[in-house]
Amino acid sequence: MDAHGPLSEEGLVRLLDRTGARLDHPDFGAYAAELDAARLRAMWHDMTVVRAFDREATSLQRQGELGLWVEAVGQEAAQIGSGHAMRPSDFVFPSYREHGVAHTRGVDLPEILRIFRGLQHGAWDPAAHGFHLYTLVIGAHSLHATGYAMAMARDGLVGTGQDTDGAVVCYFGDGATSQGDVNEALTFAAVNDAPIVFFVQNNQFAISEPATRQSRVPLAQRGAGFGVPSVRVDGNDVIACYAVTQWALQHARSGAGPVLIEAFTYRVGAHTTSDDPTRYRSHADEAYWAERDPIARLEAHLRELGELPDEAVEAAASEAKELGRRTRETVKSWERPAVETMFDHVYAEPHGTVAAERAWFSRYERSFVDQGVHA
Amino acid sequence: MPSFETFHMPDAGEGLTEADVVTWRVAAGDTVEVNQPLVEIETAKSLVELPCPVDGVVVELLVAEGDTVEVGAPIVRFQVDGDGPDLDVPGGASTADAPVPSVPTPEVDAVEAMEPDPAPTDEASGAVLVGYGVSAGSAQRRPRKEGALDPIGGAGEVSDYPVLAKPPVRKLARELGVEITTVTPSGPGGLVTREDVEQAAKARSTRALTTYDANDDQPWLESGYSADGGRSTRVPVKSVRKRTAEAMVKSAFTAPHVTVFHTADVTATMDLVKRLKADRDFQDVRVTPLLIVAKALLLAVRRHPEINASWDDEAREIVYKHYVNLGIAASTPRGLLVPNIKDAHRLPLHELALEIGELTALARENRTPPGALAGGTISITNVGPLGIDTGTPILNPGESAILAFGAIREQPWVHEGEIKIRWVTQLALSFDHRLVDGELGARVLADVGRVMSDPAQGLVWG
Repeated sequence: MDAHGPLSEEGLVRLLDRTGARLDHPDFGAYAAELDAARLRAMWHDMTVVRAFDREATSLQRQGELGLWVEAVGQEAAQIGSGHAMRPSDFVFPSYREHGVAHTRGVDLPEILRIFRGLQHGAWDPAAHGFHLYTLVIGAHSLHATGYAMAMARDGLVGTGQDTDGAVVCYFGDGATSQGDVNEALTFAAVNDAPIVFFVQNNQFAISEPATRQSRVPLAQRGAGFGVPSVRVDGNDVIACYAVTQWALQHARSGAGPVLIEAFTYRVGAHTTSDDPTRYRSHADEAYWAERDPIARLEAHLRELGELPDEAVEAAASEAKELGRRTRETVKSWERPAVETMFDHVYAEPHGTVAAERAWFSRYERSFVDQGVHA
Repeated sequence: MPSFETFHMPDAGEGLTEADVVTWRVAAGDTVEVNQPLVEIETAKSLVELPCPVDGVVVELLVAEGDTVEVGAPIVRFQVDGDGPDLDVPGGASTADAPVPSVPTPEVDAVEAMEPDPAPTDEASGAVLVGYGVSAGSAQRRPRKEGALDPIGGAGEVSDYPVLAKPPVRKLARELGVEITTVTPSGPGGLVTREDVEQAAKARSTRALTTYDANDDQPWLESGYSADGGRSTRVPVKSVRKRTAEAMVKSAFTAPHVTVFHTADVTATMDLVKRLKADRDFQDVRVTPLLIVAKALLLAVRRHPEINASWDDEAREIVYKHYVNLGIAASTPRGLLVPNIKDAHRLPLHELALEIGELTALARENRTPPGALAGGTISITNVGPLGIDTGTPILNPGESAILAFGAIREQPWVHEGEIKIRWVTQLALSFDHRLVDGELGARVLADVGRVMSDPAQGLVWG
């Protein structure tokens, strides 16, 4: 562990240490006070189920059922903790690894796999879940998120003190912080007081490029240059992640402007199923982070409190197993959508040009012997 | 009623085409469940463990450790419960349930093999977003209705009945080129043994006895093998024959060809040939009518330089060339070649004769350098020596005109108002009608004929 820089513990907010012992924090401790045992158990349950789903999806890729899969293993605390701090009036712009956040927003997990089976670009209604479609271009969505947040402010959905107040939460990784788009988004958000929380999951790798090749300083320190209040949190501590997100959302929803959160975590799995992390990181590092597993940490805490009864463990295990089975069956049952459906959501309203292109494309497709197979 | 399921090698990365089997974690007869470790494979990217896709029993491993297996190839066969919706087959036969998308039966009459991508390349293409590229030959053009499609059940389909054989025996069969499903098993319980495979390989090589070599009096049968009970011989298409076929197909089906014809009195050319043969300066070269027609074509190109061009489809541009690399079709022991004379437009008649002589000699000796085959701009095919009047030549790809030069015969001809016996020949010019209009083609051919009829005209135009 480095003493300084993007991989150090500099300024980390932590409310649960790696053994599961509860800590306090002068600024953020209060935001976690509302987390009673039942809510902590719910977060543990979600993390467990999401991880099981993640493993199942990896297996499905290895069995040729998915073209690609991006594991989020190790990042569950950052995702479930921040997800639990949101309310329906908030709106999320995820990157492509936010399966845990998707789960907290009510997206049925198997639906995510339509993208990774190559069937659709997105399979949920973003408006219904307050959860935008995945963006695969690194950092590109940070500008859309900022624009959406500015629009929320203009729609009067910020700073009224009502439950309708909301904010945007935009997720991206350490690598994205080097992108021009993200820096532009921070600039726009800051000068416009946009109600947005930039949530960086620093999982230490931009595919294989370490965070030390992205920054000299902890990523959270970048916020200061834009005039954006920033906080650095232990990304494997679900309680701290909840607390800082709760604070950040209250700040943004009140109309006080954007916030930058850096959740310092570790990507346990490969970047994607096409990647081999053994080529660029050591077993020693993996062992170090295995001792800091976010689920094990909360589990130890709940057991210490005597708040993790066997029924809860069994319920999570059986739900995980059932989700795995359902995921497997659901994925295999999917038919290819008609290729013409790619035109469906270009515009919200009927559009002449799109209609003409759709008609032409239908004719073109019919000119092939193997209609529809290469959808 | 048992049913079977075959697991195919998945693409464990994006755009990978093959993987090596490193270690099997299961063996035939093992009871397995979903997601237990099945096999470890090594791809171009990493070592990957594949989890088991089914609950059931391993019937057989179809590939051995150490084998390199193409993505999509069957690697293991399971017996699964008969509950699966699409696994039961009447009569208890098994089914191969492929995770790779299968191609539905096309509703068209003409069904032929899929056409390969027309861009012939031996290089691997890098056309994937992430990954190490796709291996050569894996790109296939999607068939159109007027085209064709591989019929269902073509390449890659496996027999419904499991063949029993140990992995090393399967490997041997592959090495010997023996299709293991065709081998008669002699081992216990219908097991195909090593001896069975060797026997099958021997039997097959006995049948292929009729192999021809170059010393045979029928050289075109070289490297062929007997077929149809000896009533025919099949010769693999390769080398010059293969390239000729590709070039002709490419040319014939991209450039719309038009051919114009012209019959000319070339008596003056024959007189000139006779005079040059006697000329002391031309004693070291072979003077033939081909030399004069080559010069005539060069003069015609000089008067109509726009014929000396090529069509660049990709750039949507016409490339007009300010030099002439004159191709001359030559029949060689290897087959038809069209070597060209570089910058032929600069050569005086004697040098042109030298170059034609060298080009012909090299072609006859099979020593045509590759450089001589590239970069031609316009060509001549000399069919006259074969006694043929003329033909409709196909363009050398990348060129826009080719002149066919027919036999020169003594024929009755109206000359200065009377029927005389004159030397007469037929000329034909094929051109690419995308960039050469009929008028231009006609003018070029007429000019060639004019010089042949009256070589002195060359002085005027030269």
